[in-house]
Amino acid sequence: MAQATFEEISASDFFYRNRDIAGFTNPSRAIFAAIRELVENSLDAAESQKIPPDIYVRLSFEGEASKDTQIYKLRVEDNGCGIHPRYIPSAFGQVLYGSKYKLKQMRGTFGLGGKMAVLYGQITTHQPAYITSSTGLPKIYSFKLMIDIQRNRPIILDRKVLINKEQWHGTIVEFTLEGDYLRARSKILEYFKQTAMVNPYANLTFVDPKGRLYKFTRATTDMPNPPQETEPHPYGVDVELLQRLIQVTPHKNMLDFLKHHFHRVGDVTAQKFLEFSGLNPSKNPKKLSHEEIVRLMHNLKKFKDFLPPDASCLSPLGEELLKAGISKELKPEYLVVHQRKPATYAGHPFIVELGIAYGGEVPSKGSFTIYRFANRIPLLYDEASDVSFRVISNMNWRRYKVSLDMPIAIVVHICSTKVPYKTVGKEFIADRPEVRREIANALREAARQLQHFLSKREHVDKERKRLGIFAKYLPKIAQFSAALAGKEKLPDIERLLKSVQKYGDEA
Amino acid sequence: METKRKYSVTEKKSEVISSLKDFGSKIYEQMEKGDFPSITMPSRSTQNIYYDMNLRQFILGDKSVRRSARNIRHVKPFTQLVWVARFSHELTTQRKTSTLRDVYYSAQAYEMTFKDQQESDNIITDLETVLGLSREDFNIFPEERSAVFGDLTIEYTVPGYEGKTLNLTTHPDGVLIGPALTSAEFVNTTADKIIAIEKGGLFTRFIEENVHKKFNALLVLTAGQAPRATRHFIRRLHTELNLPVYIFTDGDPWGMHIAMVIISGSANAAHLRELNTPDAKWSGVWATDIVNYKLPTDPLDEVDIKRLYELQKDPRYKEDPLWQREIKTFLKIRRKAEQEAFSRYGLTYIVDEYLPAKLEETK
Repeated sequence: MAQATFEEISASDFFYRNRDIAGFTNPSRAIFAAIRELVENSLDAAESQKIPPDIYVRLSFEGEASKDTQIYKLRVEDNGCGIHPRYIPSAFGQVLYGSKYKLKQMRGTFGLGGKMAVLYGQITTHQPAYITSSTGLPKIYSFKLMIDIQRNRPIILDRKVLINKEQWHGTIVEFTLEGDYLRARSKILEYFKQTAMVNPYANLTFVDPKGRLYKFTRATTDMPNPPQETEPHPYGVDVELLQRLIQVTPHKNMLDFLKHHFHRVGDVTAQKFLEFSGLNPSKNPKKLSHEEIVRLMHNLKKFKDFLPPDASCLSPLGEELLKAGISKELKPEYLVVHQRKPATYAGHPFIVELGIAYGGEVPSKGSFTIYRFANRIPLLYDEASDVSFRVISNMNWRRYKVSLDMPIAIVVHICSTKVPYKTVGKEFIADRPEVRREIANALREAARQLQHFLSKREHVDKERKRLGIFAKYLPKIAQFSAALAGKEKLPDIERLLKSVQKYGDEA
Repeated sequence: METKRKYSVTEKKSEVISSLKDFGSKIYEQMEKGDFPSITMPSRSTQNIYYDMNLRQFILGDKSVRRSARNIRHVKPFTQLVWVARFSHELTTQRKTSTLRDVYYSAQAYEMTFKDQQESDNIITDLETVLGLSREDFNIFPEERSAVFGDLTIEYTVPGYEGKTLNLTTHPDGVLIGPALTSAEFVNTTADKIIAIEKGGLFTRFIEENVHKKFNALLVLTAGQAPRATRHFIRRLHTELNLPVYIFTDGDPWGMHIAMVIISGSANAAHLRELNTPDAKWSGVWATDIVNYKLPTDPLDEVDIKRLYELQKDPRYKEDPLWQREIKTFLKIRRKAEQEAFSRYGLTYIVDEYLPAKLEETK
């Protein structure tokens, strides 16, 4: 009889075995995911200091790996805050290590992406990664490292210290990986274009393996306010989170516990809640039994008088920046953007921002072009499953005198401390009623303004056409009648033309 | 309206030129005054078409329409109308002619495109209505296919042929009733009647069989529904030469109506005069002839029957009891016969037997 063996595996090992989860499904997805994760880390690193990001990405061909895959060297440079030398090895050499465990709007959530990319590179090419970073202090630190997958630990192969004469701050990551750039190319370019759209204050440069340069230049240096960290909202907690909070809390009674660990819970609300749930305000939270914790969680969800979460933990783009981004990437003839007020689902605050671009370089292809973003990340896969797609498809566009064959692009940005992704792949957003309602309302508002624009334009067009007809035919009537009457001099038609103008010269 | 007036081609032409000029001057003056030019003309809508018992043709009623260049929907057709007037003026002063199709194409040289020939034809009809003249008066003709044969000498008035004469027996296929012929003066004739024939085959047969000599007749081929120029030409032969007109068509509702249009004109030409010949006679083939002469026949189809019911209600068909009788007979026998059907009795039967009998009957 075979004996079952159990062994503990490290986080690195887990992801090594399940790399599909993080988006490294196949060679073309992998190369896309690697670029995307590192670019997003770079954007976060710059934004956290309100530095307009300058990001340079270079993918260079290193050799053939197999019939369909090649080995590439990926280099990503940014001008972000940089990483303190003490944390560099762990930040890139230890899975699930990172700065993203607090509650505020971030692009990534688990601190997984960058490391996953490095890990993927290592398992496909057995080459070390090179990390260079400085926080702007007089020294620049450069590491050559690999990951000990079984132990989830970085192995430092080399470490250099350079003098930082120019007070450079930022991070440079370089490593090799296997991939299929040819197949990933269109997605990667689309990713840069869309990233540029929602990060109009960023300069993005991409040099592809053929040496082609793609440059997305910033349209502004204004940046949205970085999000504030917040405590969890009572509606969003679960038993596990409650137990962790109880473990770490310095507070000795329930009243203080509630006031200090939950978002928008003050003295009055805390007392009302304790009354509602029948808990003694002076009870020591550490003395709560397991059943009491479960009951507490249920009561937290049931209590109606908690204030909704505020949006300070969110960092929406804002109408001006969204406008700037869409304008520069789509160059539409007309653009309307609309930002909704903060709303919540299950205790998580979120904001919907939406834009409709019409005409200009927006193609008309028989259906609208939809650009979806979550926390300033473009979502490029599974469009048809996304809540935005459904809301847009279900909308009665005829009411707004809009038809599907018009050159229209719709941009939907949802920012939240917890984006309601439907799957681990983070490619589309679940159909939550609260989210759906916000998108629908934003869409209606923008559609109303689009309708306004369209009908005004139609009016101006009609008027221009009308005047054109008079301007075309009256001179001919003058010419023909003069010829018939045997007159040399043409009758004066200027007066007649003036009298048919309704709107003066502008029309 | 004088109907027995001696027709003078040259007199008519100068009248046409001056009315075109007046039309232009009226528009010119309105514009000079700073007004949008406009014109008023009788409405040609079906509600404004009446049958006049005295004139024995359709006429337009009192309703009129106003076309103004101030109106966005009118300005283009208005311009087209002024252009057609200007083009006609050029044609008539330079003594040139044009077909309807030519007009449609000529407009393009003036950046005055018409959507299709239908549109340019309509505008020409507008000008006819405004001036009370027919398009042939402004030297615009449809494509012609009708012809005339017989002892009539004409004198041309067209440029290059002025004063030249032609006897219409000269060519055995007949002479095309085109602009040169319709603008010619009649010099003399020995004929004492006119026979109008619907079909080319019979027209040729009649010439071969010397019908023009045997019956002392001028033969006119209408080639189906007679074109306006031909109708006007028949009227001139009738009024200027004082000759009676006999019409031979197929024995079906369509043939019957060809005769009727020569006699009483069409609703489409209600704005025009002198296209009809009220005294002309329909001599056959009647429905009663089908019965009396035992002609080979085809059954009437649904469209034929529908047409007969329409004609039954038409005011033109209420004048002479002959028409109602023939319609009823058609509806009773439900058969029709072509002119060629007489061949059943030999090639010359129609000339030797039928024709003299019918000429006598409809005298």
